[in-house]
Amino acid sequence: MPTVIVDGQEIEIGADERLNCIEAARRAGVEIPHYCWHPGLSVVASCRMCLIQAGSRNAETGEVSMIPKLVPGCQTPVKDGTVIVTDSDLVRDSRARVEEALLIDHPIDCPICDKAGECLLQDYHFEHGQSERRADIHAFTSRRRDVGPTVTLFVDRCIMCTRCVRFTREVSGTAELMVSARGAKEEIDTFPGFPLENKLAGNVVDLCPVGALGDKDFLYQQRVWFLKKSANVCGGCSAGCSIVTEHNQDTVYRLKPRENPHVNKWWICDEGRYGWHHLHDPSRLVEAGRREADGFTAIEWADVVTQLRDDLKAAGRLAVAVSPQLTVEEAWMLCAVARSIDPEAFLAVGHVPTIGDDESFPGGFTIRGEKVPNRIGVETVLGLFGAVAEDGTVPGWNELLEQAQKDDVKAAWVTAGYPTPDGSWCDEQTAAAFDGLDCLVVQDLFDSPLSARAHWRLPAAGFAERAGTWVNCGHHAQSFEQAIRPPAGVWPEGRLFWNMLGRQGLYDPSGVRQQIAENSAAFAALAGDLPATGVDLRLQQLAPN
Amino acid sequence: MTDLQTFQPVLLEAVGVEQGHSLESYRSRGGYAPLEKLLAEKQPPEVVEMVKSSGLRGRGGAGFMTGLKWTFLPKDHPGPIYLCVNADESEPGTFNNRILMEDDPHQILEGTIISAYATRASTAYIYLRYEYPQSWKSLQAAIDEAYAAGYLGQNIKGSGFSLDIYLHRGAAAYICGEETGLIESLEGKRAWPRIKPPFPAIEGAFRKPTVVNNIETMACVAQIARRGVDWFRSIGVPADPNNPRDPGSYGPKLYCLSGHVEKPGCYEAPLGITARELIDGFGGGVWKGLRAKAVIPGGISMGLLSEAELDTPLDFAGPGKAGCLGLGTAAVVVIDETVSIVDFLHNSCRFFAHESCGQCTPCREGTSWSLRMLERIRAGKGRLKDLELLAEIGNTMGMMPGSTICGLADGAAWPIKNAIAKFRDEFEEYIKQSNPTGYMETDPVPALPILSAH
Repeated sequence: MPTVIVDGQEIEIGADERLNCIEAARRAGVEIPHYCWHPGLSVVASCRMCLIQAGSRNAETGEVSMIPKLVPGCQTPVKDGTVIVTDSDLVRDSRARVEEALLIDHPIDCPICDKAGECLLQDYHFEHGQSERRADIHAFTSRRRDVGPTVTLFVDRCIMCTRCVRFTREVSGTAELMVSARGAKEEIDTFPGFPLENKLAGNVVDLCPVGALGDKDFLYQQRVWFLKKSANVCGGCSAGCSIVTEHNQDTVYRLKPRENPHVNKWWICDEGRYGWHHLHDPSRLVEAGRREADGFTAIEWADVVTQLRDDLKAAGRLAVAVSPQLTVEEAWMLCAVARSIDPEAFLAVGHVPTIGDDESFPGGFTIRGEKVPNRIGVETVLGLFGAVAEDGTVPGWNELLEQAQKDDVKAAWVTAGYPTPDGSWCDEQTAAAFDGLDCLVVQDLFDSPLSARAHWRLPAAGFAERAGTWVNCGHHAQSFEQAIRPPAGVWPEGRLFWNMLGRQGLYDPSGVRQQIAENSAAFAALAGDLPATGVDLRLQQLAPN
Repeated sequence: MTDLQTFQPVLLEAVGVEQGHSLESYRSRGGYAPLEKLLAEKQPPEVVEMVKSSGLRGRGGAGFMTGLKWTFLPKDHPGPIYLCVNADESEPGTFNNRILMEDDPHQILEGTIISAYATRASTAYIYLRYEYPQSWKSLQAAIDEAYAAGYLGQNIKGSGFSLDIYLHRGAAAYICGEETGLIESLEGKRAWPRIKPPFPAIEGAFRKPTVVNNIETMACVAQIARRGVDWFRSIGVPADPNNPRDPGSYGPKLYCLSGHVEKPGCYEAPLGITARELIDGFGGGVWKGLRAKAVIPGGISMGLLSEAELDTPLDFAGPGKAGCLGLGTAAVVVIDETVSIVDFLHNSCRFFAHESCGQCTPCREGTSWSLRMLERIRAGKGRLKDLELLAEIGNTMGMMPGSTICGLADGAAWPIKNAIAKFRDEFEEYIKQSNPTGYMETDPVPALPILSAH
C-alpha cells in the first residue's frame, strides 16, 4: 500500500486512489485550509490558502528531498513516499499572508453578515491569521446586487475563489456566472440579460466559502449558530438526495445538501432546497376529525386508535392506498394494521404524481420526474404482503380507484401526505370514485376534494417530521432522523400505526426496520446500523447469506 | 565574444530597405531558399537537432532552450499539434517584435514554417497584441503573399508538409503574453494562466500538445536555417564551464533602448553586450549630459540595475548576477538622475496592479496593496515601516516562492525588491522629508480614502 507522510505521521492510502495533498492530509487528521478547491469542481489552485511544503522519500535510502518552494496542496497529487509538511514556519507565514491579503478589500462586516458563524474566512483567520491589520486601507462598502431570482451577491465580501463560476460551468452547465474586470477590482457577475436562473442555482450559496453569495430565502432569517442540524432525505422527488435540515425550535429555516457519493454527490436542486415551506403552511391539517352531521368533530388520538379500527371493521371489505410518501417502516405497519382489520384487504401504492421527464445536468445530477420519495420502498413492502397482481405488478392508484367503485368494497383508507397546500393532487372527478363507501379514511397534510368526502380526516406529518427509511429510484435505501416535531395535534403516521398494532411504548422506527430486515430478503440490507449515506438494496441481495 | 565593431545586424537587415517587408525583397536577401532546401533535405527531428545544437534560447523573456522545448512534445502524437507564436509584446519598454513584424514579416513566417515543420504542427497561431495595427496589416499581407507563393497551405513546395497560419488579435491585456494565458485567450476564454503541469507541450491549446515561441525566436530560427549553427554559436556568450546549468547565451539579440538616452531605438547586438556599451555605443549616452541613476535591464519586471552595475553583461545570466530577475525581453530603459525612484516604483506598481489578472490571491492583493502604499507615500503619509511591508510583499509574491501560478507576480515583485534594496536611502529620505512628523509611526494609521488607482 502506498504510504504518505503527513507532518511526520505515516498513513496508508489505497493502491489505486488518486488523492491530492488536502485529501491525504485529512486522512491523517490534518486539515489543510483551502477556499477554491472543492472535490466536485475542477482544480484552479488560485486562492493559495492550501500552500504547503511537499517532497518525496526515497523508498530505498529513506532520504527525503523537498521541493524548494511552496506548492498548492490541492494541485499536488500524492503517491508512495510523498512527504507533506503543513506545520512549518514557512507554511504558517504563507497562510497568515494569504489571510491578510484576503481581508485587505473585505468589508469585515461580520455582525451584519449572514455567513458569520459558518464562514471559512472567519474560521481560517482565527486559526491562521495574524492579530494586527497592517494594511491601512479603507475596506470597500458592502455593495449588494442580485445575480438571480434566488441568489444575491455581496460584491465586496467575495474572495474570488470562483467556485460559483465553476459550478455553473461544470455542474449545472448553464454558465451564467463569470468574472469581470481584473486584478483587485474583479468581481463575480452575470452576463447582461442572463441572470443566475437554473434549477441548481442554490448550490452556489452552499459553495461560497464566505458571505458573498446569499440565499434570499434564508437571508436574515436566522443566525446560523442557533440552527440545529438533522440528517434527512429530500422528499421532493424519487432521487432521494441526502440533505441536512437546519431548524430551530421546530421551525425549519433551510435545507442544505449532505454529501453522498451514491446519490447526490454534493448538490441538491432548488425544488428540493425550497421544498420545505409547506411544513409551516397555516392551512395544514392539525386535528384528527370524525365526520358528524355538521362536519368534522375533533377527536382525541387515543380514541382514534380504537374507534378507527372498529369503524373500518364494521364497514366490511377494505381497500388501502399506501402513500409513497410513507417510510418503509410506516408502510409495513400500515399493511399489518390493514390486514389485521381485514385479512383480505386490498393494498395498493398511493398516488404517484409525475411532472415531466427526468432532467439531467452535465455534472451528473438528475432531477427525477417522479415527485415522491419512496415508491419503490412501498412497492417492495406491498410485495411482502402478497399484494401483487397476476402479472407480477404491484397495484397502484388506478387499481385502487377501480376497487373503490366495486360494490363489495365498503371502506377505504387513503394515506396521502402530498406537499400541495391547495390539495390539487386529487381532483373532484377522482375523489368521486370514493363516494359510495361506508367509511373513508383520509390522512393528508392539507384539505383536498378527497378529504372533503372523508368520514375520518387525519392529519399527516411532513418529511422533516418523521423518521424512517426511504428507497429511491435507484433502489438505494437511506434511513433518516426526525428533524422537528409536527405541529401540536398531529401524530406522525408511524405513531398511529404503532399504536393501532397494540405495541407498547414510543414508536421505534429502527426497531421496526430491524424486524422488517429480519423477515424479508428484499430488505435484508436494512439490518443493523446503516451508514449515513445509505445502502443499495439490490447489491446486498446478491451477497451470499 | 563577437567584436562589436565587426558585428553585422541580420535580424534587422530589412530595416531601411525600400519595400523590405515584401516577399520579393525578402527573397532577394536570400529568404525562403533555406526553407525550401530544408523541406527537401531534412527530416523534422534533424531540424529539432539543428535548433537544439545552436543553443537558441527563447527570446520572450524566460530564456528557455527552444530546441529542448520542442523535444517535450509527445512522440508520434496521433492528433494535431499546435504552434503558437507569441506576439503579445506588452512588457513595458519592449518593441523589438514590432520592428520585426512591421519591417521583415517574412523572416518571421519563414521561421514559423520551419518551426512548425520541426514540431510537426500543421496549424500555427500568431497571437498579436491589439495595440499593433500596423503589425497586423503587414503580417496579414505577408501571410497572404506566402500563401500565394506556395510557402503556406497544402503540400508546401511539394514536400508533403502542410501549414496554415492564423493571425489572432488579442484584446489588450498584459497577461495574454504568459504562454498559458495566451492559450486560454486564444481559446476564447478569460486569460487566466493555467496551472502547470500539464505543460503546454503535453496539453496546450484546445487540449492538444502546443509549443509557444516568441516572434524573435522565430526570426532566429530562420537565420539559423540560413546561416547555420556554427554562425549562430560564434555570436554571444559561451556556456559557463563552472556552471553546468548554464547553457550559454548564443546569437544576436534585439535590444530595445529607450528612456533618457540621446538615441532611443531597437538595436541588434550580440548577446553579452554590457548595458554601458549599449547606452554609450548605440544610444549616444544618457541624454542632456546627465548621469544614469538606474537602468531597467530587460523590461520593467526584471528590476533595476544601479549606475554602478551598468557593466553587467546583458546575456541570459548577467542581470541575475546583479540581483535582477533576468534578461527578460532585453528592453533597456534608462532612468536619469533627476527621476525620483519613488515615482518610478509607483509607476511600476500601478502597471502591475492594473495588469494582475486577479487569479491568485497574493498577486491580486499584493500588487494592489503595494500600489496603495506608494500612493500614500507620495501623498506625504509614508512611514519607514512601509518599506518593510513593501519588501515583504516583494519577497513573498511570485512563482519563485511558490505563491502564484504564473510569473507576473515575480515581475511585479522584482522592481519593488530591487528599488528598495538598491535605493533604500532615497526612499527613507523621501519619507522623512515628506512626512516629518509621522515617518517613525508604526501603529496602523487611519485609512486614506482610496485614491484613483488606474
